[in-house]
Amino acid sequence: MAEGTQQHPLKIYFFVWILLFVFSAFSYAVDYMQFQGFTRWGLILLFMILKAGFICAIFMHMFWERLPIISAILLPCFAILVFVFIMWHESYYTQLVRKLYFLITGG
Amino acid sequence: MEEASSAVEVTIPPKTGAFKEWASDQKAFKGVPWGKAMMWIFLVSDTFVFSIFLISYMTVRFSTKVEWPNASEVFALHVGHVSVPLLLIAIMTFILITSSGTMALAVKYGYEKNRKMCAILMLATAIFGASFVGMQAFEWTKLIMEGVRPWSNPFGAPQFGAIFFMVTGFHGTHVTIGVIFLFIMARKAWRGDFDTGKRGYFTSQKSHYEAVEIMGLYWHFVDLVWVFIFAFFYLW
Repeated sequence: MAEGTQQHPLKIYFFVWILLFVFSAFSYAVDYMQFQGFTRWGLILLFMILKAGFICAIFMHMFWERLPIISAILLPCFAILVFVFIMWHESYYTQLVRKLYFLITGG
Repeated sequence: MEEASSAVEVTIPPKTGAFKEWASDQKAFKGVPWGKAMMWIFLVSDTFVFSIFLISYMTVRFSTKVEWPNASEVFALHVGHVSVPLLLIAIMTFILITSSGTMALAVKYGYEKNRKMCAILMLATAIFGASFVGMQAFEWTKLIMEGVRPWSNPFGAPQFGAIFFMVTGFHGTHVTIGVIFLFIMARKAWRGDFDTGKRGYFTSQKSHYEAVEIMGLYWHFVDLVWVFIFAFFYLW
């Protein structure tokens, strides 16, 4: 394979394809089996990250790219996690204020 | 890549340190055609758009006093007398993954300059994508008939409808645009534009097989977004 051209053996595509089917089936099974609480959330997140990782790395060829473009794509996404963290706390604050308000007004 | 007239000329220097490449006072993204770099940058910005939708979904779901509707029941389908949870959504998920696989193979055959396989696989991807949009239309119709509106619904927290229509609507729009471009690209590939380097109608740029990979990036991104919507909206 000439470097820079994204030519890879057929095998790896089929392997990832099958993996994605398996992970999707597992995440559907999480709902079908009615897992609850942390088991449910943990498994959903696990299969989600695995699927997203394989799609990004193999199907979108990021695994074979050079570090400058990989970091230009992935590093900004960490800002999203910061935003999630902020809004997570914001939403609990909003809920608290709402509960207090309804408690006082009897709504 | 030099032998084919239709290939983009990309000079690929040997790999050095990432910081050296960033600071090389030339192209930062060496070995990446500009079209591909632009598509990646677009996808990063689109990631932010979808993140904001999902973050606002998290915010309203966590801050509402009213019980959030149980997606497992809302999206259940009756098969005979049995109610199967999330059946349509599961089928849609599998269809989108199938289409992602055919697209990945189309990109592979594109790089091998296998014109026919590339076109057929892109056509298959487009058809899978169109069937996905069709099922989404069915799902929207079903929910609207049941009385789900952006401002209220019979199942619980009123924000559910707003988030549902916004997130799946925006994703469905992306799929639809992808399907349209896949049909265009499949036609181009079948006609041999990528082999002859025929100039594009709008851009006047020479056609080349890198366009198939750029198309692929967009399509996989649509699948990627669905992975997150499926996890957070339908399964959570």
